[in-house]
Amino acid sequence: MRKKALVAALSATALAATLAGCSGGGDNASADTAQNCTNKIVHQDAPKVSVWAWYPNMNKVVDNFNNAHTDVQVCWSVAGQGSPEYAKFQTAIEAGKGAPDVIMLEADHLTGYEIQNALVDLSKFGANDVKKNFSAGAWKDVSQGDAVYAIPVDGGPMAMIYRKDIFEKYNITPPTTWAEYEAAAQKVKDAGGPVFGDLGSNVPAWLTALMAQKGAVPFTYDLADQKNISINLDSQPAKDVLNYWAELSKKGLVGKQDQFTTDYISGVVGGKYATYVSAAWAPGYLTGAGVGKGSEKGQFAVAPLPQWDKSSPVSVNWGGSTFAVTTQAKDQKLAAEVAKGLYADDASLTDGWKTQTIFPLNQGVLNSKEFIGNHVDFFGGQTANKDIYIPAEKAYKGFSYSPFTVYYYAQLQAETVKINAGQITGEQAATELQNTMVTYAKSQGFTVK
Amino acid sequence: MADHGSMTTTSAPPAVAAPAGAPPSPRRKAASGSEKMVARRARVGWVFIAPFAVVFVAFLLAPLAYALYLSLFTKGLATGTKFSGLDNYVRAFSDPSFLKGVWFVLRFSLVLIPVQMAVSLGAALVLDSLTTRLARFSRLMIFLPYAIPAVIGALMWGFLYSPTFGPLQQIASLVHAQAPFLLSQDNVFYGLLNAVTWQWAGYYMIIIYAALQGIDPTLYEAARIDGANVWQIALRIKVPMVSSAMVLILVFALIGTLQFFSEPQILAPIANGSITPDFTPNIYAYNLAFSYAQFNYASAISFALGIIVFIAVYVFMFATRKRGSSLS
Repeated sequence: MRKKALVAALSATALAATLAGCSGGGDNASADTAQNCTNKIVHQDAPKVSVWAWYPNMNKVVDNFNNAHTDVQVCWSVAGQGSPEYAKFQTAIEAGKGAPDVIMLEADHLTGYEIQNALVDLSKFGANDVKKNFSAGAWKDVSQGDAVYAIPVDGGPMAMIYRKDIFEKYNITPPTTWAEYEAAAQKVKDAGGPVFGDLGSNVPAWLTALMAQKGAVPFTYDLADQKNISINLDSQPAKDVLNYWAELSKKGLVGKQDQFTTDYISGVVGGKYATYVSAAWAPGYLTGAGVGKGSEKGQFAVAPLPQWDKSSPVSVNWGGSTFAVTTQAKDQKLAAEVAKGLYADDASLTDGWKTQTIFPLNQGVLNSKEFIGNHVDFFGGQTANKDIYIPAEKAYKGFSYSPFTVYYYAQLQAETVKINAGQITGEQAATELQNTMVTYAKSQGFTVK
Repeated sequence: MADHGSMTTTSAPPAVAAPAGAPPSPRRKAASGSEKMVARRARVGWVFIAPFAVVFVAFLLAPLAYALYLSLFTKGLATGTKFSGLDNYVRAFSDPSFLKGVWFVLRFSLVLIPVQMAVSLGAALVLDSLTTRLARFSRLMIFLPYAIPAVIGALMWGFLYSPTFGPLQQIASLVHAQAPFLLSQDNVFYGLLNAVTWQWAGYYMIIIYAALQGIDPTLYEAARIDGANVWQIALRIKVPMVSSAMVLILVFALIGTLQFFSEPQILAPIANGSITPDFTPNIYAYNLAFSYAQFNYASAISFALGIIVFIAVYVFMFATRKRGSSLS
């Protein structure tokens, strides 16, 4: 009998240990037992709200918030940048626990979580009080009808960053239309110069934004009409844009290198690309990676995004992030306060835009003299905000995202790889993309219009 | 443990049967006494097994059962979760992404395993016939890649293949040529083949080498007396003697390759998109679950892969067993 008891005790202990191991991981993230904070809690007695975010200056932002609040404290941790964080969040949604109270999400991923009931409608917690701080386009990206699922923080109005030295050497002025862009690319190539731009397969959001610039509306989806979606990836504008880039790629006028890789950055540093069609947050990223330093200081400048039709210019957005409250939050009202107040104070926003790690969407900053008149070091003292980015941001109208952004991006990436390998034309890519996405949407139970 | 128990039961009866002329009652008593002892020993066995059993159940059986349960449901973003029986399996075996992945790992196994075998067997035979200090050093060096974690190894190869920093390109630029990018869509097969062979050949070499060391040297002496040269000894004596070790390696390699995950997953971000989210079945299952929120279908894909691995290993074992019997 003693042995049996021993067996039982042993097994029980071992099992208890394993089970404790299982549940331990989940509890860490919830608000009550928030102990693994990256930051220091200033007011220990205040209730804590857990936050996942990956802004480079987040430690300052969190300290600013915690110092200013005695009623609530933020417990911040980094769960990865982009995809790794989304994978963890998705797993937590599936598990029903383990998600933070407040999470940093990019605008294009919101709908996918909204449809899973993972995000709280913040309109009942006074989100509309801060609506006036943002442009209509930015607000559209975070709302569905009257419901508001996140508070915008930063945006990514797009423009064309270029190398002054290369433009001077080959006697080129910044192209204002895509036709001029192609002509300039040809001119540089004929003169034996570097490639003009880059068609990276790993930036599907970038390509989608460029498709939108020509008027493509890949997805029309309204959360109120949950089961119906319309998919128009093979529309003429989408085909035109894909064909345009496929042609550039085929002629060798642009690179085929994936972006944000060491190879790409070293190419940007070495002047391997004459332009970088990118968003307002790109300079901060490039500076962080060591671009524009030393002998290359001040070699970069920025011009407005080339247009399809100069008489009716269109502004588009790439990236940009928000704070959303998860439905797993213990105290949703308190979490909503954090979502509204975090990274919304002057000190944090100023630090963010000065280091160019964010392009703030807060109108207070956008209209401030300091921001407007800022001479950007990276662009050799150009008043880039006033001349390029603020007008682009103001003209941005918002975009409609699908509830399966991750899957869509993966398919667009696969098509881009085929385009860069010269296996298909842009038009074929558009058709394939349309078919794949329609099949997928149907398999997920949507009615495709 | 079961073997131990049965041994004691078979050895017990003679001891009990010794007092042949004794009355039946004490005999029965003795028998029941030994049964008790046997039962006690069995219990002791369970104590020893308990720690393993707990881990086995908690980390293997329970997750497997849960995954099987999950795979019987379907979740659509717009429809919610519903029971669907074997639908996911039907879907898996007609899913081009999954089938493409399976075809890739099968092709990869067909090329990788012979290459790995040839490299590891060759290295083992050479090292076995040498007894110098250099041989011991080489043995360590060939084994070393296995000691490097797969992730680090993959990152290292990613650097070596880099078109900007990699030594391949530096060598090519000496003659003003463009080195091939070994992770491009056309070359990724070979790029991965090289990385995996590098990583595992040393480990397999050690297994074969250990088997070679276990061969009685008098066999070589006899062969030499019979006039066999070094090549004949290697091919006619050494290779057949280590064939069971090679079968073991083949099974390891087959299972490992069909579940190919780490290297392509690590190299994907720098492969310019040629390593897709459905590159191998395991990567596909991972992305289905953690990127596309389809845990149910991902479970089905995992089980479907398990079935394929099982069939492949069974076919292989069957094939090698048949050959073994025809030889004997």
